[in-house]
Amino acid sequence: MAEVEETLKRIQSQKGVQGIIVVNSEGIPIKSTVDNSTTVQYAGLMHSFIMKARSTVRDIDPQNDLTFLRIRSKKNEIMIAPGKSPSASGFQASC
Amino acid sequence: MLESPKSSKTSALSAKGSVKKLKGETKAKGSAKGKRKQLGKKDEEEDVSMASIGHPEIFPLVFTEKTQEILNCRINEDITEEKPYKLLKKEDIIQDMKTRAAVSDFHPVKKIVLEYPGEELLIVLDREFKYGQNFYLVATEEAKESFLNPPEAVEEEGETKEGTTEEYVYKPPVRKPWVSLGSEKEIEEESVNESVRKIKYMISRVRREFGSKVKFTDRNASSVKDGYIECTSYQDKNFSIMKLEKDVGAQVVPKVREMSTQTKWTYPRNATTQYFPREFSDEEKELCLSSEDLKEFIISVFLRVEIALQQNEIMNAFFDDWKALAEDESAFGGKSDAYLKEYQSFTDLHYLKHRRVSCVCWHPTIYGIIAVSVTERLSYEERITQSGKLLLQKSPILFWSFSDPIHPQLMLECPEEVYCFEFCPSDPNIIAGGCRNGQVVLWDISEYEEKLQNAKTGAGGSKNTAVNMPTFIQAQQSGKEPHFVRYCAVSSIEYGHKTVITDIHWLPDYFEVNRMGIAFENRTGVCVQLVTCSPDCSILFWDLRAPKTTIQNSTEKAKDEKAIEAPPDVPTTFKHLDLSWRPLIKANLSKSDTSGDYSPTKISLVEEHFHYKMQDKMQYQIKPEMFGDENPYKQLRVPSAKPLKILENIATNFFVGTEDGEVIYSDWKMERESDSGRLISQKPANKYTIHDGIVHTIQRSPFFKDIILSVGGWNFAIWKEGVTSGPILQSCCSSKRYTVGHWSLSRAGVFFIGREDGNIDIWDLLEKTHEPSQTQNISISMITCIKPWIVSSKQHFLAISDDFGTLHILEISWTLSHPSSNERASVLHYFEREVKHLDYFEQRQEFRAKEREELELEKQRKKIKVAGGQKSREQMEEQMNINYVDFLDEEKKILTGLGLLKATDRFA
Repeated sequence: MAEVEETLKRIQSQKGVQGIIVVNSEGIPIKSTVDNSTTVQYAGLMHSFIMKARSTVRDIDPQNDLTFLRIRSKKNEIMIAPGKSPSASGFQASC
Repeated sequence: MLESPKSSKTSALSAKGSVKKLKGETKAKGSAKGKRKQLGKKDEEEDVSMASIGHPEIFPLVFTEKTQEILNCRINEDITEEKPYKLLKKEDIIQDMKTRAAVSDFHPVKKIVLEYPGEELLIVLDREFKYGQNFYLVATEEAKESFLNPPEAVEEEGETKEGTTEEYVYKPPVRKPWVSLGSEKEIEEESVNESVRKIKYMISRVRREFGSKVKFTDRNASSVKDGYIECTSYQDKNFSIMKLEKDVGAQVVPKVREMSTQTKWTYPRNATTQYFPREFSDEEKELCLSSEDLKEFIISVFLRVEIALQQNEIMNAFFDDWKALAEDESAFGGKSDAYLKEYQSFTDLHYLKHRRVSCVCWHPTIYGIIAVSVTERLSYEERITQSGKLLLQKSPILFWSFSDPIHPQLMLECPEEVYCFEFCPSDPNIIAGGCRNGQVVLWDISEYEEKLQNAKTGAGGSKNTAVNMPTFIQAQQSGKEPHFVRYCAVSSIEYGHKTVITDIHWLPDYFEVNRMGIAFENRTGVCVQLVTCSPDCSILFWDLRAPKTTIQNSTEKAKDEKAIEAPPDVPTTFKHLDLSWRPLIKANLSKSDTSGDYSPTKISLVEEHFHYKMQDKMQYQIKPEMFGDENPYKQLRVPSAKPLKILENIATNFFVGTEDGEVIYSDWKMERESDSGRLISQKPANKYTIHDGIVHTIQRSPFFKDIILSVGGWNFAIWKEGVTSGPILQSCCSSKRYTVGHWSLSRAGVFFIGREDGNIDIWDLLEKTHEPSQTQNISISMITCIKPWIVSSKQHFLAISDDFGTLHILEISWTLSHPSSNERASVLHYFEREVKHLDYFEQRQEFRAKEREELELEKQRKKIKVAGGQKSREQMEEQMNINYVDFLDEEKKILTGLGLLKATDRFA
């Protein structure tokens, strides 16, 4: 628990980070550093987006999987790191 | 008479022929016309004549022998060759014809005989049957006569002719037989004869068919042989090549099918759903958070996120290259368009006649309002002589509005001529000015703020007032007469400056200064302090709040109240200061070398509230909210008693330009003299004598806090705070005196300098540093003040005032007002380079000095050396001799080599 907190704090302290939201595989937010309404909004919007992106990657190559998703807009950038898929057991982090 | 049977035969034949002829003719003629039947006989007789051969009077006759006997014209008896004719009497012929009627030979010529006029008819024997018969009858008398007589006449004539001529015998040419000599052949050869008989065709057509309509008929081509020519197709062998290879491309295309349906929309119906997102309750959240899975996940993912964030840090992901590219190009292209466009100019004949503008200030918040202070254009002596008159004519501060170039909006009364003034940055209704006699004046124009704001709409509205009223009332009532505002407060004369105040500044609102010169935190949130400088060698700090000492002394307070009763229309904002205002700090600028002091004319502080943009009113409203709705200045009575925090990072240094053309860098912190306990100011840290005249401008760049521009005399200089060796840029002396200078507010490397001939020099440090990039003439008289102002991103104004009291407003063109994308960086770079250059220069100076020393030493050393090694005279002579002998040998060798010299030596 403490480690989780610490890690999240480290990310939050980076320059330019506005907020962090941790979401489970169903899209329900677990932890967030921004207010509730924003959390819910982001979680709801991103869930379907992540599913679509992941399925796209898997369609092209079933051995492949989504590691990181970045959505860059005019004003800011949303970074999504998806966790392990329900089927796979482990997850390799790429350097 | 063999001939006669012949002739008879022939005559019979001919008679028969003639009868046949006659008969044919009569038949023909009879059939043709019926009328001629009666004349048939006569016609017969006529036709018998030899008309056909041109002798109509000759009628051939056949005489039978019996006829011949009767008429005694028997051939060879009566009629012979010599005399082939006979004259017969007409009666005889008629008798003969009567007796023998039709058988008579004369029957054919009966009519002619009967009609014959003469008595005798001539019958001529025609031996040769010239006319077809053996006799012929001459029908006419003339022919008879000619037949009988002419030959005799001719003979007679001929005989007579022969008698007269002398033996000329006319021999008619005798016919000779033609003898061929062979020329016929040549002629035959040459002549063109038709060898082939020409074929003649005669084509005829019925005349009515000419020009008639053509009738076309169809004809089957195959009906006639050769009616058409056919080109039958045949198989050309060239085209029978078989294609063995084919290049075909195939593409996989997703099967796309479009389908659409139309739903029946009966009627609109509002339907709503309400949902709420799935959320975990707090306990569930806690559960999740503490799970191991989550921990692992976060740790694994964290690295990625960190990398991504760092990537963003390294490179600005939001940098638009396209836009940046465009900006650079536009900057280079449009440099030629840099100019100042005249926008408006203000002048007033009533108040500004013979007056010079001393200071110009834009109103910080209201668009289009600019304030101008004017002074008399008199020299010092004239001032003294006219001092009495001057007291009456006080030059005011005029407020101009763009909407009305002729009538000023507002007029501020000045106790004396104001040389400089400034709007308070916190509240633009407070204006502080410095006068000629060393007093500081304060105005409060809060009442007229609205009027100034409505200056656009107010002008010209009251033109239609009644004409009948006398002019002076009208002028007052028209509203165009500017309002006259009295000053709020003036400083005390004894404690203020001794001479004219040349520069006044408001201290920024985030710090305040105490008596020692130490900066403290300013709790009031507004500007409360002023700085003034004057050539009386002092710099004074003023506080708008009443000093503590007066409050303690109540009697003094009462005195103040009694003595000074403010006129009714004066706002009471600064009543506490009026005439008793004393400066907070008095800083002297004493010279370090000599005993005198510097006489500052302009001052530039580090921490300065640089007012160059029109700021929103909102900014001002935020601060006064802390104090409620009232103007905070009205509540400024006492400096707060609470302990204020000392601000460490406020720099208390400043630059000063003096009357003698020096630029001084000093600190305003006061020191306490150890002996007397008095507060004395520090000595200036640096001083530079650069300019040849009064320093008119010392100004910090709005972009760089440590770059200062100083303008004075005939040149200007740019300084960097911290660089003590000298100015980083110093211009060469110009032909005309520089009177005023100001940095451009939008472009980092541009500044404007005004000259005494009315020209403005626009300097662009990135373009040229040895001369101005542009010069523009503004007025004919000296430029006294330049103040740029940014109204909006598209409108940049430059207010320039001159010696004649005219204020020119010019619009700065796009290129001059808009910086290129990296201009600030370039200018900064430039300054850094210059600083380095200065350092390098200093180093080189030292180096050069060293070098020079070394050179001197070298020279000295050389002298010593040379003196010791000098050769003696004898030695030199010997050396010369040796050289000469060597030379002679050499010469001999060469000459012998050439064969010019006899080699006698060899044999000798």
